[in-house]
This record gives sequence, structure tokens and C-alpha cells, in this order.
Amino acid sequence: MQLNIQYYALMREQAGRSTESVESAAATPAELYSELKARYGFTLAREQLKVAVNSEFSDWSRELEAGDAVVFIPPVAGG
Amino acid sequence: MKAFRFTAAVIDTVSARHELLDLGAGGYVSFEGWVREHNEGREVTRLEYEAFEELGVAEGARILMQALQRFPIKRALCIHRVGALSLGEMAVWVGVSSAHRGEAFEACRFIIDEVKHRVPIWKKEHYRDGDSGWVNCEHCAAAPHHEHLHAVATRSE
Repeated sequence: MQLNIQYYALMREQAGRSTESVESAAATPAELYSELKARYGFTLAREQLKVAVNSEFSDWSRELEAGDAVVFIPPVAGG
Repeated sequence: MKAFRFTAAVIDTVSARHELLDLGAGGYVSFEGWVREHNEGREVTRLEYEAFEELGVAEGARILMQALQRFPIKRALCIHRVGALSLGEMAVWVGVSSAHRGEAFEACRFIIDEVKHRVPIWKKEHYRDGDSGWVNCEHCAAAPHHEHLHAVATRSE
């Protein structure tokens, strides 16, 4: 199925892009992250991230649906 | 205007303060976060902030709502900069008005602490030596959060 990914900060730089559509068989955000980490060599471990699906925080085990917008959230540093 | 918002322009504290006015308020407390010239032992020359704005605005609004439920305050507002900032510039502004000062101080502290921990904003520091890095993301990659102290020690060598 097709998923829409947005990257921010360190992950945007490591992926070399801000957004992309990927064709993936990943059933969950956790599986999707493993797939993309292998592709782009992300240095952050999944345990360091949060994930958002369709602009809301999500569980790593949520079942993904075609067309979902997924954002991996590296450790934040506002203020 | 949303009570939590991002801006790429200089934060207008005069008009932000105006949004807190309330005849039931006896005063207001504000906090300004500024770009500092050093961090964890390194000389910083400039910063970039990047935000996942859609989720950031929603999470920021939840924080302000929690402050309003938790403390007997009148109004609360928070504005965070995005984009490139120079030393000394204001990165974030929090303002709280309330009947009495105690809860305004407490709520202001609560809001800035929660914003720093929960809102999806990232800070890239550029250093005097030409290096740069995303705060909390590099120099500690592959280490879980609780090992961050070790990462900080490594970083300041």
C-alpha cells in the first residue's frame, strides 16, 4: 500500500528529503521504521522516537492503512 | 489567533500581552527564552528551529488547556519561533494572566517546561568551530534517553 512520509530535522537530512510516498508492506509504524532505517541509515533507534499518524501521536503497533500520513518524531528540543 | 502558535517573524510581545488582558486579572507573568552563546560547553553562533507545525499547534493547545485546568488563571499564550535565529533573539514567549501572582508564576513555569518536552520542535545549533548538530538527536544517537548524561559528557570533551 501507499504511505505518505514526512521527515523533520536530523531525519530529514539523513533521508535527503522532506516528504515522500512509499509503497510498503509494513503493517505498523514500527515495521515501517525498520524498513526506512535500513534504506536511509537513520542513526536514531526507534526507542528514541515517537510517531504520529495523520497528525496525531500514535502507538507503534497501530495498524497502518493505505494513504496514512506518517511522521517519525526525533527527540524534541523546543525553547 | 490560536493560543499556541509558531511564527517565522520576530515575536511581537506587545500585542501578545494585549491578548492576555482581562479585568479579572491582577497581573501577568511572562517568560522569554533567548538564544544563548553557549550550550554544553560549546560556543554557539546561531540556531535553526524546525517544527512539525500541525501536531505542534495541537499539542501546544493541549498544554495551555491543561494549564488553565490546573491553575486558577485567566489566560495563557505561547508563541514559538521557527527558522533561523541569531544570538540574543527571542525563541519562545509564554504569557499568563491571573487574579493573583502565585498561580501565574506556576502556570508559566508549567507551560514552558511542557512545551520543551512535548511539542515537536527541533533545534539545530551551529558552533564557532564550524560544526553543527540537532540538539538531543546527535552525539547520543543509538543511546536511549536515560543514557543522555553520558552523551552530554562525551559531547563537551
